[in-house]
Formats: sequence, C-alpha cells, structure tokens
Amino acid sequence: MKFLELEGIQKVYGPNTVVQDFNLSVDKGEFVTFLGPSGCGKTTTLRMIAGFEIPSAGAIRINGKDVTNLKPNQRQIGMVFQAYALFPNMTVADNVAFGLKVAGQSSEAIRKRVGEMLDVIKLPQFGDRYPYQLSGGQQQRVALARALAIKPQVLLLDEPLSALDAKIRLSLREEIRSLQRSLGITTIFVTHDQEEALSMSDRIVVMNEGRVEQIGAPFEVYNFPRTRFVASFVGTLNILRGKVVDGASGRITIDDQQVIAGRSMGNLQNGEVRSVALRPESVTLNGAGEKRNAMQGIIEEVSFLGAVVRMRVRFRDNAISLDTFNNPGAPPPERGAPVTVSFQPEDLLVLEGETH
Amino acid sequence: MKSSKVGPWLAIILGALYFIVPLIATFEFSLRMKRGQYSFEAYRIVLADPQFRATFLFSTIVALAAIVVGALLVVPTAYWVQLRLRRLRPLIEFITLLPLVIPAIVIVFGYIRMYNSSSILPLTSTAAGTNVLLTIGYVTLALPYMYRAVDTGLRAIDVRVLTEAAQSLGAGWGRILFRVIFPNVRVAVLSGAFLTFAIVIGEFTLASLLNRPAFGPYLQLMGANRAYEPSALAIIAFAVTWACMGLIQLVGRGARGATPVR
Ligand SMILES: Nc1ncnc2c1ncn2[C@@H]1O[C@H](COP(=O)(O)OP(=O)(O)OP(=O)(O)O)[C@@H](O)[C@H]1O
Ligand SMILES: [Mg+2]
Repeated sequence: MKFLELEGIQKVYGPNTVVQDFNLSVDKGEFVTFLGPSGCGKTTTLRMIAGFEIPSAGAIRINGKDVTNLKPNQRQIGMVFQAYALFPNMTVADNVAFGLKVAGQSSEAIRKRVGEMLDVIKLPQFGDRYPYQLSGGQQQRVALARALAIKPQVLLLDEPLSALDAKIRLSLREEIRSLQRSLGITTIFVTHDQEEALSMSDRIVVMNEGRVEQIGAPFEVYNFPRTRFVASFVGTLNILRGKVVDGASGRITIDDQQVIAGRSMGNLQNGEVRSVALRPESVTLNGAGEKRNAMQGIIEEVSFLGAVVRMRVRFRDNAISLDTFNNPGAPPPERGAPVTVSFQPEDLLVLEGETH
Repeated sequence: MKSSKVGPWLAIILGALYFIVPLIATFEFSLRMKRGQYSFEAYRIVLADPQFRATFLFSTIVALAAIVVGALLVVPTAYWVQLRLRRLRPLIEFITLLPLVIPAIVIVFGYIRMYNSSSILPLTSTAAGTNVLLTIGYVTLALPYMYRAVDTGLRAIDVRVLTEAAQSLGAGWGRILFRVIFPNVRVAVLSGAFLTFAIVIGEFTLASLLNRPAFGPYLQLMGANRAYEPSALAIIAFAVTWACMGLIQLVGRGARGATPVR
C-alpha cells in the first residue's frame, strides 16, 4: 500500500474539465513534483489533496484512509503557498506556533517545538520579528517551518520559490530538499520550472491540459519522454522534420540527408513525414567522436554562455541548436562556416502523432 | 499662471469660512453667559448638570454596544462575501448603503410598527427591549460606514490565502475569524467604530421617537429652553466628534508606522 494515493481524480468547473483521470501513488518519504505549463491543473490537483477543492470524481487516500471528503482542517496536511501567507498580525514565533496551539499543545511543548523549527530553518534569532520585517526568502522559510511544525502527514508546496529571485531560489531549493530528506516527509511540489523539477524530485508528474502525460524519475522523463509534449516541455529540444525512408531500419531523411533514428514513438510508415527530436547536448561538432549519424550544415549563430557555447546550425529548412564546452585552445567557428554535426541513432527520437 | 492659483485658493478660503465662521460664532456666544466678560460659565453649568452626565453616559453605552454588534455583524459578513460570495458583493454593498437613502424616521416608524406591544416580538414594551431596538437601529445607521471601512481593510490582506493557511493548520472558522481575520482588520474596525460613535452620540430621531434618555434629545431639550448652554453643548459635541476623527487618523497611522523592533 502506498502512502498517498490519488485514484481516478477528476475536477470539473461548469463546462470545463480541468483535471482528468489523474492516478498517482506516492511512497512515504517520496518527493514528487507536478510539472506542467500554466493552467494545466497542477494547483487544482494540489488543492484537492489539501481539501480546498472536492474532486468531481475519484478518491484520495492518505496512509490507507479515505480523505476525499474530509475538511482541510481535518487532514493534517502542511501547505506552503507561493505568496508565503504568513499571518501579518503575528510574530514569526506565533506564526510557527499557530498550528500547535490549534492542536491544543501545552505552552511548554509549543515553545520547545517553535525553537526547534526556527533552528531547522536557520532563523533562531527571528522569533520576535513580524513578517513584514523579513525578506521574501526568510518569509518562505518561516512558512515552511509553520507547515512542518505540526508534523503533517503530507507536505504540499505550490510554486513556493517563484516569487523569489534567482539566487535565493537556488539555495532554498536545496534547503527544502535536504530538510525534506532528513524529516522523511512525503512531499508534493508544484512548479512550472523544469529545472526545479529535474533537480529536486524523486519522481516527476508531467501534466498537460489536466492530464498526466508521464510519471517517472527525472532521468527517465528527460531521456525517455513518452509523449511529444513531455519531450518538448522537459529540457531544450530540437524538433526537425524528417521523411521516413525505411521504417523497419529507422532510416529517415532530414533535408535530404540520410540518418538513422534509433528510437521512435509508434510505428513508422515509409514515406510519411514525422517530427524528430534531438537534444542539444547529444550533438557533436565536426564528428569529434565515432558517432554514426553525420549531417552537413552551416553555422548560423554562435552564443557564448560561459562554460558552454551554444551554436545554431542550419541544414536547409531545418536547423538545430547544439552545445559544446568552452575550450580556450579552440575558438568556436565563425558564422557561415560549413560544419559537420554528428550524433548517435539512439539520440534521435521520432515523435508520435502529427507533424508540426 | 497666477490667476490659476488664485481660483482654488479662493474656493478653499470660502469653503473654510463657510464652516468656520458659524463655529467661531457659536463658540464666542457660548462664552458670553456672564455679562460683560468671556467665561466658561455655560460649560460649567452644562458639565455639572446630572442630566448631561446621564444622557451622555447612556449614549456612550449604546454607542459601544452598537460598535460591538456592528463589528460582529459586519466583519464575518464582509469576510464571507470576500471569500465565497464575490458575485454578491454589489448586492451587499447596495444593502449596506440603504440607511443613507432611507430616512431614520422611516426606519424608526417601521420599528415601532413591527415591534410594538401587540406584536410577536414586543420589544418596545420594556425599557431594556427598547434599548436593544435602539442599538440595532444605530447599527443600521452606521452600517454604510462600518461596512465600507471593514471591506477596505479586508481587501488589503489576502483573505483567501490566509484562510487556507489557517485551515491547513487545523483551525476552524471561529479561530480563523477571531485570531486571523479580526486582528488584521483591527484598524478598519476601529475607524468604523469611531464613525459609529460620532453618529450615535448626537443622534436625535431614533432616540427621541423610541423615547430613550439619550444625549441627542437632551441637546434638543436644552436648545429649546436655554440660551447659552446649547452653544456650549454644540461645541462639546463637535469636539467629541472631532476627537473621534483624530483618533481614526492616529490609529490608522500608528498601525502602518509601527516598527516594534527591539
Ligand atoms: N474556481 C475555479 N473555477 C473555474 N475554473 C477554475 C477554477 N480554478 C481553476 N480553474 C481553471 O482550471 C485550470 C487549471 O488551473 P490551475 O490553477 O490548477 O492551473 P496551474 O497548473 O496551477 O497553473 P499555474 O502554473 O498558472 O498556477 C485553469 O484553466 C483555470 O482557469
Ligand atoms: Mg498554480
């Protein structure tokens, strides 16, 4: 039995179905991320777990207990909001103590637990401050402490980092993850930032238009996307148009240059035109290795990003981006220079369904 | 350039004169009780009058009761409208504005008809019942101000998110209202309270027609029978009202500027 189970969850608002056929099982202590574009139903699903919305169909179980129709204040769930949602009239310590007071703990126990939590979030001196006297990052840490103080069964975070600036976002990301690991708390984290999802999660649920597109570990979702949406939403992707020459052996042509595609979603029909995906990091310039696919093109653009140099190579109708590491001994080619790019058949993925 | 500045100033000066001259005249008159010299004799007499004290105390108590009842009525209502019934907001706003449109005399005649001694709820047949009716009437009269103040206060905080945060921490409605919502609209409730006080303290129609010993009817009685004391009373009432306004400003500023850093 899994710790948190969502079974056949559906949510309908009037004529709109915003979440559909959502199934997910989460292990105790697992960190699962909902990833998807704006409006795909991440928040709605999270709010159903929290009890702020009741599913139109389906069941939610926590630790074997059906909580589908329980009120939010009966679920023992910790929630962290994008907008921090600290109580402005209370000090940091009183904010953290709020849930403990509701639970009717003794003032001694509360004082001790608040102290512990402030230590955990590394703000031990801030108990007497008011929320408006804290930075955004500090406020969000207090919100985290407040949610965790009651030892919730599940921790839910709805884009907790998106209101913060880039530096804080990175450090808080690591802080949340290590805290989650050390407490072993089952966590659902909502984000539309794929880098956040890839770097933090045990598993990612990729969502699109109210449906689950794929559930898997970051490595799996990134390298073996099961749908075209996942392939294009997670990571940067080159999408090319290829014509199938021989479906059985995976031979296709891209702008009349023949290559072999090692992976495909669905069967290939000879002569059909399909979308083909290729990650920038799988492409090597000028056949540096023994990669089996090679194509001729012209450098169209070079952007120097520091450790990485990103180049755009045009064939005829199609163009791809590729990444090389910066090498002080070998300056990148000029614009307009003819080059050869190479990649392995396994890195070339023929996408399912319609062409673009 | 110059004429464009003269115009507004002229308007301001005229407006100020319109308000200030009668006030000064009243004040000046109230000082002239003793022949040939300025004195606070009229004020002394007024303040020493047991009637004054009794009626002022009565009105103050009714005002406080109206404030408490009004706050308990308005805050949860405005909160619920903001949280769950957004679509009803125009309707609720309209209802809260009605007391500005319906004259107090209409309201009080309605009350007397509805709650007379032969009705199902004969509030007017006892003094205590009539006091309740009076309080409720004042809550109604103050409703437009109280509602507006509280609604503005609620808009300044994210009601929904705070509610959900409290709920996820296990809180029920009572705790959410009294520990989270009320404290965060404290300033708004207070400014609504001062306005209520200012309205109630000098109110005549309701108190007179319900025959309660309030400050308003006392003012009227004095005005009809004395020369200097009414002026003194008018100045006192005016001062009380202005003190209320001043307190609104003070409390409002205090809440924003407070920096409790140690
Ligand atoms: N109370 C509601 N009534 C009607 N439609 C709603 C309601 N709440 C959400 N929706 C709709 O449901 C869809 C999903 O919304 P949701 O907030 O879950 O998206 P999201 O994935 O969290 O997006 P974002 O990344 O922008 O936060 C949206 O199209 C939204 O308009
Ligand atoms: Mg959202």
